[in-house]
Amino acid sequence: MANESEMPEAGAMAERTTALARAIRADALRMVHRANASHIGSSLSMSDLLAVLYGGILRVDPARPDWAERDRFILSKGHGAASAYAVLAETGFFPVEWLETYCQDGSKLAGHLTRGVPGVELSSGSLGHGLPVGCGLALAAKADGAAYRVFVLLSDGELDEGSNWEAILFAPQHRLDNLVAIVDYNKIQSFGRVEEVLNLEPLADKWRAFGWEVREIDGHDHARIAEALSGAPYEAGKPTAIIAHTVKGKGVSFMEDLLAWHYKSPNDEQLTQALAEVAAANSAGREETA
Amino acid sequence: MRNTFVSTLCELAERDDRIWLLCGDLGYSVLEKFAARFPDRYVNVGVAEQNMTGVAAGLAMAGKVVFTYSIANFPIMRCLEQVRNDICYHRLNVKIVAVGCGLPYGTHGYTHHGVEDVAVMRALPNMTVVAPGDPIEARLATHTLAEREGPGYLRLGKGGEATVHADEPVFQIGRAIPVREGGDVTLIAAGAILAETIRAAELLAERGISAGVISMPSIAPLDVTTVLEAAARTRWIVTVEEHSVTGGLGSAVAEVLAEAPATGARLLRCGVTAGPYSVGGQAYLRGLNQLDAAGIAQRVASVVDMAGARAGRR
Repeated sequence: MANESEMPEAGAMAERTTALARAIRADALRMVHRANASHIGSSLSMSDLLAVLYGGILRVDPARPDWAERDRFILSKGHGAASAYAVLAETGFFPVEWLETYCQDGSKLAGHLTRGVPGVELSSGSLGHGLPVGCGLALAAKADGAAYRVFVLLSDGELDEGSNWEAILFAPQHRLDNLVAIVDYNKIQSFGRVEEVLNLEPLADKWRAFGWEVREIDGHDHARIAEALSGAPYEAGKPTAIIAHTVKGKGVSFMEDLLAWHYKSPNDEQLTQALAEVAAANSAGREETA
Repeated sequence: MRNTFVSTLCELAERDDRIWLLCGDLGYSVLEKFAARFPDRYVNVGVAEQNMTGVAAGLAMAGKVVFTYSIANFPIMRCLEQVRNDICYHRLNVKIVAVGCGLPYGTHGYTHHGVEDVAVMRALPNMTVVAPGDPIEARLATHTLAEREGPGYLRLGKGGEATVHADEPVFQIGRAIPVREGGDVTLIAAGAILAETIRAAELLAERGISAGVISMPSIAPLDVTTVLEAAARTRWIVTVEEHSVTGGLGSAVAEVLAEAPATGARLLRCGVTAGPYSVGGQAYLRGLNQLDAAGIAQRVASVVDMAGARAGRR
């Protein structure tokens, strides 16, 4: 998976990431169904982001998960673990069969992302932890003259946590242009719509005011995701924030944009329908029209 | 102790370029020495302890040995979940240094009284908890924690603590330091209250009570063997700490004694009991909690005398 730092050939990459996103969604659906687990909506909203990251952006090597020069990917929204484990398995960090153990007794794969699984950098699950740790990694890379980049994927709801804003102040102060924060902005948090609980808007302006270079994109458009992530850093000394507008439950019609699928697990019938919809989706994550 | 800590850290950083120091916008007149000598490995993170602790975790994940520094509760309680999840859970090489623990910031009020920190820190997995008793122990503890893999907590007084040890003692994690022999009572102290504890033993001697003193800088892991030997040797074990009697050294020793085969030894816990609403200097607050030498001696003498009187009646 070690990729060239320049933009990979667009067509081949799109094909690869589209297939990868389909596999991630299907795996995550099967995992939460088998385990009767929650958070499928959160896993689906970030599946395209993960597919592009692991399918063409991150300089990582599944054969050497501890390779010193690897890019660091931190999933701060640890409740999206199902799709994060799925992308690691699908890209060869560990056998795909392990996914069947998700949330089972004695498994390595906990319901929130847990270190000890090849490719997982940080155990997460409590919100607001990833970006400060990402700042530390980026600061170390600067101090060591290392070339790796640090990517932190956050949820929108977790931006309620003050610790993130401490880190958002810190990164520009220390000119951490090797740091990329990605917000999976699916507009629904644990117990309500973001705008009704604690409105984040104007979100891009907030990051800009704190000194970040910001790109707002459709978080399901693989070409736009790849372009936005490849371009960072946009300005020397400035960290990058990618605000990815997404849909919670993306790719499964009856899950999309519904709070309930933060908690519910599909039954057998729902799983069959969901898998069929995912299999039929095109590169933009939309269902193909017949 | 804080100056000893910083001097020691400078020596260590000279030899080991993995050592970093982060502070949460505190350390005026203390940390400048390190900042001037190692500007590339010093960060004032700002008044942002959660981020400080997360940044420390990230640096440690990249191979650094990171010390975080602030006053009393700030580097542990404000950011307790970062300490628990990011540092302890990941067994990272981050050493948290809290200065002014206990009651040295007494006049500042309860927000600045570090009197529950040991209870909190010793409950965390993989965390080594060390409370040095004097500047010599502080120097040795800093060395030991820097060299020891994994999370550490260094509980320091504020400054101006007297040197207790005449010679450099053997300092090891999980090992107590014997200070004074005594046949009736064993006083076990952790942290800067050690000097008062030794004076209490001298006062007790004047009253005909022979009190031994043990310094127990390593609270987690505790030197269980030394506690049990003392319990076999003397009728009373007395713990002394500038910390709540709940959850600290006294509780750790109580846990050992409660589960040990019957030794016949009784336990007295001396610690902070007066509650959060008292204002005053360290000496005043120590007196209020009977944590000055006279207060400790008085409490010890009263239980020993009472036990003696009861035994006499039988």
